Amino acid sequence: MIYDVSSLAVIIFIVFVALVLLLSFYFAGKTKTSSGYFAAGGTIHWGVNGIAFAGDYLSAASFLGIAGMIAFAGYDGFLYSIGFLAGWVVALFVVAEPMKRMGTFTFTDALDHKYNSRSIKFTAAVSTLVVSIFYLIPQMVGAGDLVVPILGLPHWAGVVIVGSVVIFIVATAGMTSTTYVQFLKGGLLIIFSVVLTFYILRKGLETDPNPEHHHYVSLGVTNNPFGEIILEDDSQYVIKEGISTGNDRFYLLENEGISNWFHLVENEEGMFLNEMLTIVTDAEGNILYNGAPRTERLFYQVGHVSRVISDGEEVESSGPSNPFNFLTRIEDSEIVRYIRTSFDFGDSSVVAWYPEITSGTDIMKPGLFYRLEGASLMEKLNFVSLMLALFLGTAALPHILIRYYTVPSPRDARKSTIVAIAAIGSFYILTLYMGLGAMVNGVLDMESSNMSAPLLARSFGLGIFAMISAVAFATVLGTVSGLIVASSGAIAHDLVDKFFKVKMEDRVKVRAGKIAAFVVGTLGIIIGILLRGMNVSFLVGLAFAVAASANLPAIIMILFWDKTTGRGVSASIVMGIVSSVLLILLSPSLFERYGLAREAALFPMDNPGIVSIPLSFLTLILVSLYTRKRVKQ
Amino acid sequence: MLHGPAAKKEEDKAALRKSKLGLKLFLVYGLIYAGFVGVGVFRPELMGVRVVWGLNLAIFYGFGLIILAIVMGFLYHLACSRLEDNLNIRKEKK
Repeated sequence: MIYDVSSLAVIIFIVFVALVLLLSFYFAGKTKTSSGYFAAGGTIHWGVNGIAFAGDYLSAASFLGIAGMIAFAGYDGFLYSIGFLAGWVVALFVVAEPMKRMGTFTFTDALDHKYNSRSIKFTAAVSTLVVSIFYLIPQMVGAGDLVVPILGLPHWAGVVIVGSVVIFIVATAGMTSTTYVQFLKGGLLIIFSVVLTFYILRKGLETDPNPEHHHYVSLGVTNNPFGEIILEDDSQYVIKEGISTGNDRFYLLENEGISNWFHLVENEEGMFLNEMLTIVTDAEGNILYNGAPRTERLFYQVGHVSRVISDGEEVESSGPSNPFNFLTRIEDSEIVRYIRTSFDFGDSSVVAWYPEITSGTDIMKPGLFYRLEGASLMEKLNFVSLMLALFLGTAALPHILIRYYTVPSPRDARKSTIVAIAAIGSFYILTLYMGLGAMVNGVLDMESSNMSAPLLARSFGLGIFAMISAVAFATVLGTVSGLIVASSGAIAHDLVDKFFKVKMEDRVKVRAGKIAAFVVGTLGIIIGILLRGMNVSFLVGLAFAVAASANLPAIIMILFWDKTTGRGVSASIVMGIVSSVLLILLSPSLFERYGLAREAALFPMDNPGIVSIPLSFLTLILVSLYTRKRVKQ
Repeated sequence: MLHGPAAKKEEDKAALRKSKLGLKLFLVYGLIYAGFVGVGVFRPELMGVRVVWGLNLAIFYGFGLIILAIVMGFLYHLACSRLEDNLNIRKEKK
């Protein structure tokens, strides 16, 4: 769809970027040593570090992706909030203090602290890079999605702007500037999420959520004696064509010179043709949105409540709600969601979204995205696999782990983790309100689930939209900075210095870190442009699976199994990376991306964690036992 | 050359006991989390049952897991701080 550029949003955006750049300039002069560059000298206050943790962790996936997924699929999106937060329990109770005690700058330092093994240095550094790049992709995709409505620029321009600003932040003052950018962003994100939730609750539920909301057309139809569909009334619409795909039937109708597709629905009240949202691409590559060029703006924002039930009575508007009865009112009401389908018609390919009334009961429990009731064994395993990867992934993310080295002591590491859990937990509860708010307020852009929260903010006014957009942009900046610092440390400290043993003065090592930041940032820009359109939460879920498979078995076994050997650790990292990445490449979602049928996928689940995590543990145990035996012999 | 740790490291006499406490709390939380996943897999219809304040089990359990993590984290910190103060100071006095 086409967005109107808000000059207020542009101004706030520019002010924020200027502030971030000034901050980086300020700290640049103070960052001379590798300790300062990679770990902020270990001098950050635990409170600042805790909020910076939140700023680092609450990525585009958390803010844009989860809110979008809840807006499109209800409770299933909230599963990510639960899993992401639960992962911090592993980080706090098992990993935080040992990581602080064992490491110096990087995740690799911690794994290698008692082995001094070249293979660990190499594999852990490669793992850091792979996980960080997997995590970087959704942030860049989200950045591009954001800049389209805020600045009116194309998607690629958003990715380039974010990439360039972040490279500047990291290349000037490394971890110090990154920490304060993340602190600023974490604080702003939580404050403005509270404000947005306040707006949502104050408005409550309405069948007509906003003046610009488009009421989709529903035409009564009947069968003529020849079994053909005919319109019941003297509608201005004319049925031109019809097509069946699976159990669905679609009809092309013309009205005032514009042709668009309708979906045939049969229920107790009769037969109806319901207007759909469509994107039709013809053989020459011309694209029509709801039968007209994009500039005609016929591709409406959607999502509303069809029946509002408040305190047992059907009403037009529920009025203001409190945090509890907002949820129960949604559960009692009925909501119109849009379901995606696609089919070919002649030389044209049609992507369409048809309205479907969904009960609030179904929206407020798992099942719309991850089918559980009546699900096959494989569908259930897919759900377990996702929840396992989310639970175990957080404590294995290198860009999160390096934040334990920015505080003075293990006690500070623990305290900052608790601040982070409180901040992140509060935010994740708010994601449910923001997602459901977007679902019922007629703001959804079916082309981009990631824009749900900012578009919801726009429906409440330009001021809050401008702030939320700037915060969302800051969200991307903060997380990408952390990822690039982690990658830069992996290249300059782990690989060049420790693995290849290139003799470097401290000053040169800092320069090597800056060059590495530039290279990784540029790579992130290229990948972000290529993968436009994927849901960022889904992509981050995959990054968690790679992190949990590659890194967590090594961390856990080093801490709790005395027989762990250096070769066992390296082998488990390699197995974790290879198996998780390979299974992702063979998964149904990626097959869909290749243009093939989901059913043709060689691995039947979208999330590989349930296979790759145990495989990595098993590899570590077997290789450790084998190598110990050989040493004894 | 500053290739050493970013911060000074001191011996922590309470490390082992903190580690055991952390592991126990992790197992408790892990079991409760597994219970949530288990209900979703084996009795998904229960997720829609209203349990308290009009909220269904899915929402109540989900919010509960988030709030429990915050509460357990805080209690863990209090316990660890007490262990550090007692053990490290006692050893220093000896």
